Amino acid sequence: MAGKITVHDPRGYPPKVEGKRLAPRLQSLDGKVVYLVDCLFDNSEVFMEQLRQWFALHLPAVNTKVIKPRESWVDDPIMRAKIAEDGAAAILGVGL
Amino acid sequence: MGLSLALEEQGVPTAPVHTHVFARLAKATSLAGGRPTMRNCFVPQPVVGVSAETLRGYIEGTDAVSGRPFMQEVIDALTQPLSDADVKGATFERSTPRLLDPDTPDNLRELFLQNRWTDFLPIILPTEERVEAMLKGTSLPRDRIVGRLRPTAFRESWEFDVEKVAVNAVMAGARPEYLPVILAMASSGITARSSSTTSFATLSVINGPIRQELGMNDGIGAMGPYNQATATIGRAHGLLSTNLQGGSTPGETYMGSLGNWLAYTACFSEAEERSPWAPFHVDQGFKPGDSTVSLFFGGWYTESGYGPRDTWQDKFRRCLSALEQFLPPLIVMDPLVARGFEELGYSKEKLIEWCAENARLKARDYWDDMAIQTLIRPHGEAGVEPFASRLRADPDEMIQIFRPEDIHIVVTGGETQAAFKMFGGRYAIGGRGTANLTKPSILIDDWR
Repeated sequence: MAGKITVHDPRGYPPKVEGKRLAPRLQSLDGKVVYLVDCLFDNSEVFMEQLRQWFALHLPAVNTKVIKPRESWVDDPIMRAKIAEDGAAAILGVGL
Repeated sequence: MGLSLALEEQGVPTAPVHTHVFARLAKATSLAGGRPTMRNCFVPQPVVGVSAETLRGYIEGTDAVSGRPFMQEVIDALTQPLSDADVKGATFERSTPRLLDPDTPDNLRELFLQNRWTDFLPIILPTEERVEAMLKGTSLPRDRIVGRLRPTAFRESWEFDVEKVAVNAVMAGARPEYLPVILAMASSGITARSSSTTSFATLSVINGPIRQELGMNDGIGAMGPYNQATATIGRAHGLLSTNLQGGSTPGETYMGSLGNWLAYTACFSEAEERSPWAPFHVDQGFKPGDSTVSLFFGGWYTESGYGPRDTWQDKFRRCLSALEQFLPPLIVMDPLVARGFEELGYSKEKLIEWCAENARLKARDYWDDMAIQTLIRPHGEAGVEPFASRLRADPDEMIQIFRPEDIHIVVTGGETQAAFKMFGGRYAIGGRGTANLTKPSILIDDWR
């Protein structure tokens, strides 16, 4: 122990992480409503429109709907409720 | 990512799309959300500023992380059956011990560097003796919970107590008598290590009698490296933010593209006795005898000048129109400047009104901005004023870009020059661009 000292750990206390399952997946997107969630990051609107066009061209049986939260980087429970109510899946982007 | 995690919770399968530079962050956020197998999909960076054709190319190209066709990744994310890992998720606890294993000072300093528990300047090792001495700076118990911090919205918040704040205060080189200020900053919930891609820092302004109690310098070099209290208190806010929120690691918990030197330390005190105007904290409803720390989120840009000279109005208009329009200014002026404005008949309030009236851009220029598009436009589209009016304006119309309540003035400096600076400094917590704001001035006296 000669020359050794004891110091404090400077880190805070992280929350316990509870494992959560992913939502059940679909067998197919055909005939389903897939929400394209424009997360409002600059240019994500254009990205989502391109994504919508890609589905229209390549997978026309998928019913895509573009939707936006009320604010960037803020949860929007009303939007989520709408997606959960009449959507089968969601693609979100671009940005965290 | 937060929206995706919440939708999965509601039973909606999601395919979150990110740019590839966020891959580590997306993985870490998925893990912290208990769903490490979130089916993240990646396009190349950047998305901002590129054409629709380029974005279409991203969609028709390959995933920027996996290398598989991007749309196949998206479709698989929504349709591939769940694995055991998808169903189980990840449950775990991450304990952070109170004390580290004994080692030599050199090895411990290396450990702190390797773990990114520092700002890469030398630190004072937080020995038990030093932390005990630091704790004498407050009457509060060591295990009292002070608050929670996180690097950005949608990230997990970490919790911390008085002792953990004291540990980081020791590391920063602070004296025990500074601890109440540092505790107040830590309690604010405002990190000095935001992970924003815009590389924000957090500036802090000290008001009230504690300035003199701690020997702070509001004279020559007030914002420079000439005072132990302001230097180490500002540094402590940065160190504690890094360590108490769960890190500030580039690519994981820090995404600022350019970084920010003001993140090392950015604390100063107001020259209340030499200002012709009421101190900042009194403007916010505190008593003159209260001691407060006020936090300004930004520190991104700086405009400087002299004044008020004969052409000060032109100078101010140029400065104001050059500011990043999303981030209103904290105007810091030497007492010579403040007294000069007072002699011209401008109270602080009148000068702020003038600035708000004269800070203008063409509507086209105002809206052609990443942050305005991302954070303000939704409010304009939702009819929230004044953003809705700005959105309706003709592209060539000169529109106001700041409201009077967005602009703040603090007086400090040594009167060797009639100088002023405008720093990006948003004095508000809450929804950006909305009225749902909290003013982040904290009463230091609650933490003595």
